[in-house]
Amino acid sequence: MDIHEYQAKEILAKFGVGVPPGALAYSPEQAAYRARELGGDTWVVKAQVHAGGRGKAGGVKVCHSDTEIVETCENLFGSKLVTHQTDSNGKGVYRVYVEGGVPIDREIYLGFVLDRSSQRVMIVASAEGGMEIEDISADKPDSIVRSTVEPAVGLQDFQCRQIAFKLGIDPALTQSMVRTLQGCYRAFREHDATMVEINPLVVTGDSRILALDAKMTFDDNALFRHPHISELRDKSQEDPRESRAADRGLSYVGLEGNIGCIVNGAGLAMATMDTIKLAGGEPANFLDIGGGATPERVAKAFRLVMSDDNVQAVLVNIFAGINRCDWVAEGVVQALREVQVNVPVIVRLAGTNVEEGQKILAKSGLPIIRATTLMEAAERSVEAWQNDSRGETKLRAVK
Amino acid sequence: MSILIDRNTPVIVQGITGKMARFHTADMVKYGTNVVGGVVPGKGGMTVEGLPVFDTVADAVEKTGAEASLVFVPPPFAADSIMEAADAGIKYCVCITDGIPAQDMIQVKRYMYRYPKNNRMVLTGPNCAGTISPGKALLGIMPGHIYLQGNVGIVGRSGTLGYEAAAQLKAHGIGVSTSVGIGGDPINGSSFKDILQRFEEDDDTHVICMIGEIGGPQEAEAAAYIKDNVKKPVVAYVAGLTAPKGRTMGHAGAIISAFGESASEKVEILSAAGVTVAPNPAVIGDTIAKLMQQAA
Repeated sequence: MDIHEYQAKEILAKFGVGVPPGALAYSPEQAAYRARELGGDTWVVKAQVHAGGRGKAGGVKVCHSDTEIVETCENLFGSKLVTHQTDSNGKGVYRVYVEGGVPIDREIYLGFVLDRSSQRVMIVASAEGGMEIEDISADKPDSIVRSTVEPAVGLQDFQCRQIAFKLGIDPALTQSMVRTLQGCYRAFREHDATMVEINPLVVTGDSRILALDAKMTFDDNALFRHPHISELRDKSQEDPRESRAADRGLSYVGLEGNIGCIVNGAGLAMATMDTIKLAGGEPANFLDIGGGATPERVAKAFRLVMSDDNVQAVLVNIFAGINRCDWVAEGVVQALREVQVNVPVIVRLAGTNVEEGQKILAKSGLPIIRATTLMEAAERSVEAWQNDSRGETKLRAVK
Repeated sequence: MSILIDRNTPVIVQGITGKMARFHTADMVKYGTNVVGGVVPGKGGMTVEGLPVFDTVADAVEKTGAEASLVFVPPPFAADSIMEAADAGIKYCVCITDGIPAQDMIQVKRYMYRYPKNNRMVLTGPNCAGTISPGKALLGIMPGHIYLQGNVGIVGRSGTLGYEAAAQLKAHGIGVSTSVGIGGDPINGSSFKDILQRFEEDDDTHVICMIGEIGGPQEAEAAAYIKDNVKKPVVAYVAGLTAPKGRTMGHAGAIISAFGESASEKVEILSAAGVTVAPNPAVIGDTIAKLMQQAA
């Protein structure tokens, strides 16, 4: 789960990480008012969305007056910010964060990640702050400093000092850097984060170390023990289809294609998408309905997939192991009688009692296109989608 | 021979009183697995599916001589159960539970390192379908009848995609020595490399089938290992060619977050290491069959 910059800064500040003075606003007037509360003559107005690359997308503006703040905010509020990390629909701006301007001496990149190779928390830092970490690793790989944390004893001060020295931080600021790194690590550890990124972490003209931006991502599997983090969930930043799926206990990722997928198992779901692509189509979604393909789950899945207007064919691919195919087939038939599905439906069943399952599908009288192999199912889906009589289909296919 | 489990391996089920655990315990017994009991704290003395339940894993090991354990405990408490198994002297543990916090798994791995390597419990999973040595024993939730007994070793992250491979092999009349699910989580007990090493040493395994997916470094690590250490032919498939970057695809670990973690990059790395890559999931069986014909 992602949270907003201002929320991440609030958390980090509690752990002793320095942040510039700032205030949240829900309207242009509130932004101007809060800027005056903060004082000073330079403010940075930042759109709060769950995506990086806000600056380049026009979501971060330096302002010098009330009027400028109001005008900036009027453009931001209600707009969709499209950055290199969002899809083409962008993310809605409903909150802005107003921050006092800070004199910057130098910018540092600082990240804490779950490193899968060492299976530990890893600190990644670079003196090339302000750039995206992908660009730093491509252009200035030698500038990257890494350090892993031994889980039994936690992050040690000497590791923090090593990082500070390698980054060439003014020795007078070593202690301040140690406090910053320790604060981030504790925030990471105690909240079950999977990522803390401060880019940039700045050394100010008056020798302070401050987090100018902050991003935190949390382990969804650990939210059960962090109710205060769950409260920070902002559904306005999520794909509504995905929010609905999550609320129904299904694992769904919306994509931009036309062939909806209903599959059991994450690996098989990805493999099904891949096969559709190989057959010349584009999958509309990833959807794993879980091991047990009960009629209720299949019906839920159909409702979810059909709520995407781009879907022009639905491919159901179920490997029935413990659950027999005949039982899964009953589920599909029942779901199709309950949910209105006005696009071609292709069903491929495999596993136990395949023949019985096929018979049930055939006998149902429903216009189900049946397939035996995964490749055949994908080809049939692409065919059905291309033959769909609605004119706009073809246009989209050509795009 | 087969790897990790055999006909005689005594097995206990942690969390045996749960609905899913009960169902799969009965299924494992039916398959011929030597299940000797279960563990649920506070329910010692009960009987489930005709098997004795113990309060602690240590009790179960003492009374039954259990060597392997299957964990069905809910996610908030599963890490603790794995460590309890390691402490009680269990040699092989399969954790089915999906949804264990990553930091809990970091703790588990750290905890297991307190034991010297030759005496350390082997863990596969979490978030996996289990391990099966067809015709011998089943330690997990897979449908046993889709596997023929034979000489292909399967290792993969995904449950149903592994079934797909086994079913395709069965259609060709090809059997499996052992199939191991290593699970879809970012921090897991055994890596591809760990299992490949066992298959390379196993006389009954002639060909290895490796089913990977997007996310994490383990496929690339496996490729490096195969290049230098594996003499047996390896066929691989990597799922997620169409997966967008930065999105989690069902499995907590299936997310492209760094260089080398996309399916196309993994395919390239594996091909360069001499692995035969099946171009799509529908031809995993065909690819292996062709390879075996050539070898014969």
